[in-house]
Amino acid sequence: MSTTIPTLRPKFEITSRAVLPSRETKIAVDALNFYYGRAQALKDITLTIPARMVMAFIGPSGCGKTTFLRTLNRMNDVIPATRVEGKVMIDGADIYSASADVVELRRKVGMVFQKSNPFPKSIFDNVAYGLKINRLASSRSELEGRVEEALKDAALWEEVKDRLKSSALGLSGGQQQRLCIARALAIRPEVILMDEPASALDPIATSKIEELIMDLKNQYTIVIVTHNMQQAARVSDLTAFFLLGKLIEINTTEKLFTAPDEKVTEDYVTGRFG
Amino acid sequence: MSFSGTDRTRRTASQLMTTLTALCTFGAVGILLIILSYIAMRGIGALNLRFLFDSPRPVGEGGGIGNAIVGSAVLLGLSCAVGIPAGIATGVYLSEFGSGWFAPVVRFLVDTLTGIPSIVTGVFVYGVVVLRMKHFSALAGGIALALIMIPIVARTTEEMIRLVPHSLREGALALGAPQWRVTLGVIIPAAASGIATGAMLAIARVSGETAPLLFTAFGSRFFPRNLNEPIASLTVQIYNYAISPYDEWHAQAWAATLVLMTLILGINITVRFLTRKKF
Repeated sequence: MSTTIPTLRPKFEITSRAVLPSRETKIAVDALNFYYGRAQALKDITLTIPARMVMAFIGPSGCGKTTFLRTLNRMNDVIPATRVEGKVMIDGADIYSASADVVELRRKVGMVFQKSNPFPKSIFDNVAYGLKINRLASSRSELEGRVEEALKDAALWEEVKDRLKSSALGLSGGQQQRLCIARALAIRPEVILMDEPASALDPIATSKIEELIMDLKNQYTIVIVTHNMQQAARVSDLTAFFLLGKLIEINTTEKLFTAPDEKVTEDYVTGRFG
Repeated sequence: MSFSGTDRTRRTASQLMTTLTALCTFGAVGILLIILSYIAMRGIGALNLRFLFDSPRPVGEGGGIGNAIVGSAVLLGLSCAVGIPAGIATGVYLSEFGSGWFAPVVRFLVDTLTGIPSIVTGVFVYGVVVLRMKHFSALAGGIALALIMIPIVARTTEEMIRLVPHSLREGALALGAPQWRVTLGVIIPAAASGIATGAMLAIARVSGETAPLLFTAFGSRFFPRNLNEPIASLTVQIYNYAISPYDEWHAQAWAATLVLMTLILGINITVRFLTRKKF
């Protein structure tokens, strides 16, 4: 078995992007603990995520990467009997402070789920939903414009422009997932969280989503959880490796997959366990 | 090519079971058809246009059930106006917002309410509304029927909302939607056809109720003029005619039964049509 996983991007590009200090910090997590009831799912996580980059979370099943992702837009709030300790700062403001507005937070930090979850509404209404509830469009024509723009950004416009009024549930799995991405993009968040967005998709749909991620990172800070290490290597600038609720290593993707600092990371990325 | 012994056994067993389930289905649907056709046979004789529009007359002079049809419609309208919103609101509360010790208590009470015999509901409304107002009225009848509807609508609404995938809720929340907008704009529409089915069940159930109306709406031989006086209903009229000693009224009771069943069927089809899945 080979010890490295080849990346598809040329090397010089990666090293140039890996100059971290030039990027401002978007998300800073400090000593985060998370509990489901009495079970501790995340242990003392500290990391920073720079703006307009793609950070991937990898690790075996149950290591806490999805839980951690969901702490970044307080999606775990909807699960009963959960508890958070520590700080998550986005643009310098603690999202868990008493004064933080969770609705405001989620407008800023969008999310795409593992299983596509379009609403049982028309394609148009799915994308327009976030715009309507957040009153982001003042007229019908502006609404239509923003929906079109979001669908174009999600590389779905050409496939659905003639059937915007038909049900979103009639789309294929890959199209549904891109619709969910369009729905998240429509309200122009600053951060996009993606929870294994391509895990249920075929290779062609997957590569479309990956291309999309690479296009989007010029404008958005993207955090992606993935099971698929090749995918992490292909799309991300930075990779964090989680194991049993702990953050083991965070590094540039290039370094994490070729010369990780930790032995256990190397064991994982080379397929010795997990 | 020949089939082995076990394969043949399996096929035979499969065919046997398929036949058995088909027979049971025919049995169940067949009984319904027998009831329907029997009522149609007995009822069709006394049924004519005048019967549908006229009000009751003394024995031997014909007369009809027009006032009872209107009365039933008024009573159903009243009970729906009270029972459906209250039931849906209770169901939404139980599934979406209820937590701690209160929701399970409410759920238990709602279940108990479902099991209360309808005549008890009638006596209760008689005590609380009729005695206070000092006369029978359409309002009292509507309240009695609404009390029967609420728990049915509440529990089906709760169950139907529970069936909406959690991922839809999270998807909407993740877009910055406040809880109440998620419930109103995503969850309830996604459960709408199920909720409508629950409402329909409740309507079908109360349109057949007689006992609670005996103590509340009482019945009347005239077309209703306002909600504050006794009102006729198909079921009470059927009951009164059925226990009478006259063959003519017996025939009219059959015809009224046929009309009642047709109306319930009509309501069912209409609601199904209005709430059919669009997406």
